[in-house]
Amino acid sequence: MFLRTILMLSTVMVLAACSSDEEAAMNTSMPAGAVGGVAGDGFGQGGAAPIGGVVPGSQQDLVVNVGDRVFFALDQADLTSEARSTLDRQAAWLKQYTNVSITIEGHADERGTREYNLALGERRANSVKSYLMSQGVDGSRIQTISYGKERPAVTESNPSGWAQNRRGVTVVN
Amino acid sequence: MTRFLFLFVAALTFAFPVHAELRIDVNRGVSEPIPIAVTRFVAKDSAGIPLADGIPSVITNNLEGTGLFRPIDPKAFIQDENSLQTEVRFPEWKSINAQGLVTGAITKAPDGRLRVEFRLFDVFGQQQMSGMAYMTTPQNWRRIAHIISDEIYKRLTGENGYFDSRVVYIAESGPGTARVKRLAIMDQDGANNRFLTDGANLVLTPRFSPNQHVLAYLAYVGGKPRVYIYDLQTGNQQVLGDFPGMTFAPRFSPDGSKLIFSLARNGNTDLYAMDLSSRRTQQLTNDPNIDTAPSYSPDGSQITFESDRGGTQQIYVMSASGGNPRRITFGQGRYASPVWSPRGDLIAFTRMYKGQFYIGVVRPDGTGERLIANGFHMEGPTWAPNGRVLAYFVEQGNSAKIYSVDITGFNRRVLKTAGDASDPAWSPINP
Repeated sequence: MFLRTILMLSTVMVLAACSSDEEAAMNTSMPAGAVGGVAGDGFGQGGAAPIGGVVPGSQQDLVVNVGDRVFFALDQADLTSEARSTLDRQAAWLKQYTNVSITIEGHADERGTREYNLALGERRANSVKSYLMSQGVDGSRIQTISYGKERPAVTESNPSGWAQNRRGVTVVN
Repeated sequence: MTRFLFLFVAALTFAFPVHAELRIDVNRGVSEPIPIAVTRFVAKDSAGIPLADGIPSVITNNLEGTGLFRPIDPKAFIQDENSLQTEVRFPEWKSINAQGLVTGAITKAPDGRLRVEFRLFDVFGQQQMSGMAYMTTPQNWRRIAHIISDEIYKRLTGENGYFDSRVVYIAESGPGTARVKRLAIMDQDGANNRFLTDGANLVLTPRFSPNQHVLAYLAYVGGKPRVYIYDLQTGNQQVLGDFPGMTFAPRFSPDGSKLIFSLARNGNTDLYAMDLSSRRTQQLTNDPNIDTAPSYSPDGSQITFESDRGGTQQIYVMSASGGNPRRITFGQGRYASPVWSPRGDLIAFTRMYKGQFYIGVVRPDGTGERLIANGFHMEGPTWAPNGRVLAYFVEQGNSAKIYSVDITGFNRRVLKTAGDASDPAWSPINP
């Protein structure tokens, strides 16, 4: 019923998440970055002090001072206590910058099949969205997208790499 | 690209009655391949000269690729192709241990088309097993070679061939964190490769419609992952419907009238079917779990799919309208990406257990599970049109390749693609 229209596809469109992926790759190469993601995302602990030149309410502000991502256990979309504390900070930050809208990217590691990982990434992104809404962020400010296993943060095929790739990343639109 | 271009003009008879003795039992699994001599075709005029070697070379490559035949080096041949047009000196072919013999001739017809004829002989039985003639335009000569290969395969194995078919896949390039993926299509032997998209949008899981006029696939366009339809005749791409969430994992019904797919929204993934002429959509599953990777049975009456409703990913079968889902896999680990054989007798799947990936088959009632390949990491089986051969993809580090394998697990080999490749879908026999 909701699909009467068939939209024409323009031939070339830029992938919306390119810039966020580049940032994600940069983040994980930082010494205090996402490495060891299961134990905690690291950004919050290391990023309490504002850094000069960061625009308040920007993606960089989110990454440096709040933490832009949470991590999941294998085949799970439940939020860990570390994830919840990161999202508590994100919720507070979003209430401070009320004109900011975001997209939550859900990602999976490589150890699953293509279609299932797309569904799992969607489940993870919605898990993050639901939690932010429960903390008072208006759902109309939050979009979600799943990348399944298509956009890993790191390419290491080992437990540490997989842990960094099972993630939900908050991206300022 | 339609069959009428390849007009079958004649069955060529021979003096002896046909009761074939030469026969390959394809169910033997690993066996000694049958030695077969594929001779140069005779060009009866200048138009045929470029193809006199080309057609037998494509046939040789097809037959060799099945693992069931061992083409004999033409240097060993005693009788030349010209004298074969009038008589077959069977003792000479017997002396080089050829069990099968393929001969052919190419003539230019008055309308400019080519007339290609071939004959297949049983050397030890000293008789003709098959003889056919086809008309085609010169630029479509490879299809004639595939059609002849299918006829030889059928005569010698009793099973339908799969050479006159195509594969659509995802061509991959670039670093693992920002992989560029493009839709690509090729003949099953890797010839005539064409890229259909430019890589600007992420694309995944292309599938053929039964008539091969259109593909369904997942594309990320403008931040929205949705199922798209690609028209192979016009190059036109359209999004399928206007859905309030991600649509993915598309597959056509066997008659081409419907598309089944998953719709994910609010953290839940269910299965839907869309009638492609009315564009009406029917919801097939409604539970709070992930239901995805649906595939119709060849008669269209049932759907196999994967779901984690039982706690982990497992394979289920239900009616095409969504009723009576029943689980068919119960082994250790997780099962995914089921795809129904075009013969209807088996469902191929990906299984994950203790960090390893397997490709396997199981009967639709859940009995007779067999694993036929394993490694880290492989997934996404697709059936060759004869239901005997599977293709799937293997990823290792930053490389991705498509493999084919007989359902006995025999004859595993890399499918020729344009660079790294994943998500294969094998077409039916070309229309």
